[in-house]
Amino acid sequence: MIQIFAFYLFASVVIASGAFTILARNPVHSVLWLILAFFNAAGLMILIGAEFIAMLLVIVYVGAVAVLFLFVVMMLDIDFAELRAGFMKNLPLGIALAAVLLAEMIFGIGAWQAGNIALGEHALNPARMGASNIEAVGELLYTRYIFLFEAAGLVLLVAMVGAIVLTHRKRAGVRPQNIASQVRRRPEEATRNTQPTVGEGVEL
Amino acid sequence: MIGIEHYLVVSSILFVMGVLGIFLNRKNVIIILMAIELILLAVNINLVAFSVFLGDMVGQVFAMFVLTVAAGEAAIGLAILVIYFRGRGTIAVDDINQMKG
Repeated sequence: MIQIFAFYLFASVVIASGAFTILARNPVHSVLWLILAFFNAAGLMILIGAEFIAMLLVIVYVGAVAVLFLFVVMMLDIDFAELRAGFMKNLPLGIALAAVLLAEMIFGIGAWQAGNIALGEHALNPARMGASNIEAVGELLYTRYIFLFEAAGLVLLVAMVGAIVLTHRKRAGVRPQNIASQVRRRPEEATRNTQPTVGEGVEL
Repeated sequence: MIGIEHYLVVSSILFVMGVLGIFLNRKNVIIILMAIELILLAVNINLVAFSVFLGDMVGQVFAMFVLTVAAGEAAIGLAILVIYFRGRGTIAVDDINQMKG
């Protein structure tokens, strides 16, 4: 009973916050609604026993992606009122397309429920009995999908390097530390503090 | 009784909301990126729901990969947004026609 209540709570909040994300006037509010949507989606996943993905959702999406969005929204000085100008103009077409898409999806789910089309056996890979969700995911991730896992790491690395390369810029007028010139420096080129005696000249 | 259909309906509503968000906020790239995140979240809910209801853990592994790609995509998209704003002083999508594509 409590599960049903929790499901409807999470589902209604995730849908409502998704709607507010795309309708909010202020992008900062949009990001906050997006965070709420992620939290409730994580709750939905907890309900069916997928703790690993739920925690990942909270850590990666709320902890990294949403904060990144918030950072960019606050950093850029943008006139958001002007950007909203086409909102009403696009509304009818958008609603119509969304309605068609949703109807198709519900139709597809209904058809799937009426009896599946047998295209072949799906290879079931049941989790080991008694193992927790995280153990089961880890077992799969580090054995059969290890190369895919490493490829995912590579994707993240490329994204990080790409983001840095894109946004990094050389600024004129600042004098950062030049490590190469510091290493290249030799004692002969250094300035010395000497006390030359009168009449003997100086060593150069 | 909550079945897989409930999850599928929630995820399809969320997906449609993401598509609608792209249509409604045609000028604001930030909201478009957020709408894409919503779409990917719907995909993840779908993957996890099927994974649990079919008893196949692979769905959750792939949900993790979708999450990875979504994070990378958000980082790159926002980086492009920042350099675009630096050059033009606006992020209106309508003005992006420099390449005349």
